[in-house]
Amino acid sequence: MARPAMPTFLCWTVALGATLALAQAPAPATFPDQQRPAGDPAVIAHGRQLYAVNCKACHGGDLRGGDLGGPNLLRSQVVMSDQHGEAISQVVLKGRPDPQGGGPPMPAFPLSTADVHAIAEYIHGVLRDKQRQGAPPPGERQALNVLVGNAGAGRRYFKAHCAGCHSPGGDLRGIATRAADAGALQDAWVAGRPPVAPGGNPYAIHTDPKTPPTTVTVTLGDGTRVHGRLQRVDDFIVSLYADSGGYLSFIRDGRPGVRAVDIDDPMAAHRHLLGALTDPDMHDVTAYLATLK
Amino acid sequence: MNRHVIRDIVTTRLAATVLTALLLPAQAPAQTSTRMPAPALPPLLPPSQLSGPLAGSWPTYNGDYSGRRYSTLRLIDKNNVAHLTLAWTARVDDQHEAGAGPGGAVTTVGGEGTGDFPTGNPSVRGTVLEVGGILYITSTDNAWALDGRDGRELWHYFWKTRGGTHIGNRGGALWNDSLLFETPDDYLVSLDARTGNENWHVQIASLDEDYFSTMAPVVVGDHVLVAASNDSDAPGFLQSFDPRTGKLQWRRYMVPMTKDDPALETWPSLDAARHGGGNPWTPGAYDPETGYYITGTGNPTPSYTGVARPGDNLYTCSLVAVKVSTGEIVWHYQTSPHDTHDWDSAQTPILFDAVINGRPRKLVATAARNGYFFVLDRVTGEHLLTARFGTTVNWAKGLRADGAPAADPGKSATIPGSLVSPTEGGVTNFQPNAFNPDTGLFYTHENTGYQVLYLTDPDPRGSMGLGGKRFALLGATGNAFEAIDYHTGKAAWRHVWPGRSGVGTGVLTTATGLVFTGDTNGNLVAMDAGDGAFLWHTRIGNISNPPETFLIDGRQYLLAAVGDTLYSFVLY
Ligand code: HEC
Ligand code: HEC
Repeated sequence: MARPAMPTFLCWTVALGATLALAQAPAPATFPDQQRPAGDPAVIAHGRQLYAVNCKACHGGDLRGGDLGGPNLLRSQVVMSDQHGEAISQVVLKGRPDPQGGGPPMPAFPLSTADVHAIAEYIHGVLRDKQRQGAPPPGERQALNVLVGNAGAGRRYFKAHCAGCHSPGGDLRGIATRAADAGALQDAWVAGRPPVAPGGNPYAIHTDPKTPPTTVTVTLGDGTRVHGRLQRVDDFIVSLYADSGGYLSFIRDGRPGVRAVDIDDPMAAHRHLLGALTDPDMHDVTAYLATLK
Repeated sequence: MNRHVIRDIVTTRLAATVLTALLLPAQAPAQTSTRMPAPALPPLLPPSQLSGPLAGSWPTYNGDYSGRRYSTLRLIDKNNVAHLTLAWTARVDDQHEAGAGPGGAVTTVGGEGTGDFPTGNPSVRGTVLEVGGILYITSTDNAWALDGRDGRELWHYFWKTRGGTHIGNRGGALWNDSLLFETPDDYLVSLDARTGNENWHVQIASLDEDYFSTMAPVVVGDHVLVAASNDSDAPGFLQSFDPRTGKLQWRRYMVPMTKDDPALETWPSLDAARHGGGNPWTPGAYDPETGYYITGTGNPTPSYTGVARPGDNLYTCSLVAVKVSTGEIVWHYQTSPHDTHDWDSAQTPILFDAVINGRPRKLVATAARNGYFFVLDRVTGEHLLTARFGTTVNWAKGLRADGAPAADPGKSATIPGSLVSPTEGGVTNFQPNAFNPDTGLFYTHENTGYQVLYLTDPDPRGSMGLGGKRFALLGATGNAFEAIDYHTGKAAWRHVWPGRSGVGTGVLTTATGLVFTGDTNGNLVAMDAGDGAFLWHTRIGNISNPPETFLIDGRQYLLAAVGDTLYSFVLY
C-alpha cells in the first residue's frame, strides 16, 4: 500500500498546477518579519536556468514535484529551513543515494558553490510567492468547467421551487450576462444575492450575504403593533427602525410589555432551500440560469 | 453551605494572604536588606495539586484535568445568579517602554525578534489561571499577573517576536513557581510567576517551516506538554519538556515519519505522510489513573485536496491517548478518516465515568468540528457511540463499521461546486465545551453554516496547505447551543440563537446547575443546565475566552474577557 506515487503527468509541471489560487486576495504569505528579502535578480535568473537543466525533470517546473519522482520542494522542510543554501547544497552535492522513503534516489550534482547558491536563491525566490495558509504560488488561471448540469432538468426544478418568487423573463432576465462566470452565477443564486459582475473577481471568498433587510413586528402588551427594519435581536432585546420613523428597542425577557416578536427575513426561504438541495439539482439549475442571457 | 465549600474558602483565603504578603518584597527589595536568607516560600502550585476536581482556584486550562469545566463551587446558584455584580474591569496592554501603558506595572522584555512591527492590540483568547487570588493572563507575545481582587496589574512580560501567525494564545500553565506559555514564533517561555522575570525560553518548533504556537501548555508532574500549529503541510507533533530546565523529554509525531511505522498503511507514501499535518494544537485532557494524555489531532494536509493522500491518514483527525512518561500512542480512534474540509479534531476531549449498558465505564467524549459526537472507553479506546449533533451536516453517508463517519467523496471540493455544511470553521472548533455530571449533559455550541465548495486546483499532485479551493459562504440557518445526552447522542435541549451571527466562546458549568457561555450577540449568559432557561445576562461584547469561576476571600467570582478587557463579576 504505502508505495510512493510516481507522478506521470508531464503536462502538470509548469503553470497548470498552480491555477486559480492566484485569484484570492494577494495577502502576504507570512508575517512580514518572516518574509525573506528578495534576492539578486541576476543570481536568481542564473539559478532558474541551472534548475531547469538539472532539477526540473524530477522536481517539476513549479517546484511542486515532477515526473521522475522528486518531491515538492515548496513544502520541503530542508528548503524552508535553509537560509543561504547551506542545507540545499548538502542535498545537491551529495544527492540522496539511499532515500529513506523507499522512493527513487537523487543523484549527486558536482556543481560549483556559486551555482548551488544561485539555485538556492531561485528556489527561495519561488518560495516567497507562496500564498497565505501554505497555498502554492499563483500560476496561470485555468478554465474549469462549472457548467456540468442539465439545463432542461434545471428548468423543471426552477418551475417547482423558484418560480413562486422569481421569473426568468422578469427579475432574473439576463442574469447570466450579469455574472462574471458560471461559478459567480451559481454562488449568486444559491445565496440569493446579485452575482459578481463581469470584470469582478469571482474567485474571492464570498462572505455571508446580508441583503435585503429583515423586518420585524413587535406586538406590545396592549395589542399595539410596531413594524420596521430589524436592527438587532437577541434573547433579551429587539430593536428596530420603525416605519413611522425613529429607533425603538424593547426588552423581551418575559415580563409584560412585549407579547410577540415576529421576524420576517426575506432570505429565510432561500436558506431553507439549502437543506434539501442536492448537488445535481444545484448544477442543473445553474445550467438553466446560464441560458438566461 | 456545603462542607467542601467551607474548606475551599479557608484554604484559598490563607493562600491569598500569604501570596500577597510575599509579592511585596519582590517589588520593593530595599525593604528586605537584612543578611537573613529569605525564608523558602511554599511553591505556588506544586504539580501534585493538579489532580483534584475543579474547586476554589482555576489552576489549569480546563480548570482540572478532566476537561469538563465543571466547577464544584456552590455560592452562585440558580436563585442568586441574577444578583451577580461587576467587581472590576481591567484592560491589558502590550506597551513595554518604561512607565508606559494604563496597567503601569513593571514590564520585563524578552524574545529573539526586533519587536518593531505591529501585532495588533492584545486579545485574551484563552483561559486565565487563578491561584491564590492572583490571575495569570496571556495573549500572543504577552503575559500579565493581576490581583484578582481589583484587577490591578502586578507585572507584565513582553516578548519581542520574530513573526509567526498571530492568531491567538490559549493560556499559560503553572508548575510550582513558574508560568509557562507559548509564543507565536514557537518558543516555550518560563517566567517566575511571582515577578514576571524570565527563567528560560526554548524553541519548540521551526518558524522557518511555518509552525506557529498557540496552545496552553499542559503540566503533568515533571512534564510540560506542548504542541504547535502549521498550515504548510508540515508534520504535527506533541512534545514533552522538563518544566524545570526546558530540556526536551520526547517528541511524538502524529503522522508516520519512518518506513517502519504501521500507520504508513493509511498514506500513499512516506513523503505524503511526512507532510500530512495532524498537529494536536488544543490542550487535551489527562487521566491520572492511566497516565494517558488524551488529545484531539489536527486535519491532514494538504487540507482540501485529498487526491494527494489517498487513505485514512492516521493519526490525523483522531482522538489519541499518549502515555505521558514516554510519548507512546497507546490507542487512537479516528473521528474523521481522510478529512478533506480542514475540519480538525482538535476539540477538547472530556473525561467522565458513567454506567453504559449496565457496565461502569471510564469514558471520553468529544463533539468534533465535523458535526459528530463520540463516546469512547478512555482506557482501551473502544468506540461506544457516534451521533450526528450538527443538524445541517451533510458531508457523510452514514457511519462505517468502526463508527466513524463515512465521507461522501462528492462533498469534497469539486470543480462544479458542492453544497457543504458546515463551513470551514466547523460545527464546533477549539472553544472548550463542558460536561455536567449532575445533569449528565454535554454542552456545546452548534454552527450551522453552508458553503459552496469549489476545487480550483485539479492538479493530481494535490495542492498545498489550504490552497486549491475556494468557497462561497451562504450563511447559517440558525446557530444553536445544545445539551447532548451522552447515552444517545441526542440533544436533551437545544436553543437556537436569534439573529444570524456565529459564536466564538467556550462553556462553563457548575454543581449548582448553571451553564455560562457567550451568545451570538455579545451577551454573557447564565442558563439553567437542566433546560436552558435564561437566568442572567449582561452585554459586555463578544466574549473572547471561555468564562470561568473561582473563589477569592470566600467570594465566588465569574471572569470573562472581551478582547483586551477583563470583566470580573462577583456575588457579594
Ligand atoms: C533524478 C531525479 C532528481 C533530480 C535530477 C534532482 N532531484 Fe532532488 N530529489 C530527488 C528525490 C527522489 C528526492 C527525495 C529523496 C528522499 O526521499 O530522500 C530529492 C530530494 C531533494 C531535496 C530534499 C527534499 C527534502 O525535503 O528532503 C532537495 C532540496 C533537492 N532534492 C534539490 C534538488 C536540486 C536543487 C536539484 C537540481 C540541482 C535536484 N534536487 C535534482 C530527485 C531528484
Ligand atoms: C420565497 C421566495 C423565494 C424563493 C422560493 C426563491 N427565492 Fe431567490 N430570492 C428571493 C429573494 C427575496 C431574493 C433577494 C431579493 C432579490 O434580489 O430579488 C432572492 C434573490 C435571488 C437571486 C439574486 C437575484 C439578483 O439579481 O440579485 C437569484 C439568482 C435567485 N434568488 C435565484 C433563486 C432560485 C434559482 C430559486 C429556486 C431554487 C430561488 N431563488 C428561490 C426569494 C426567493
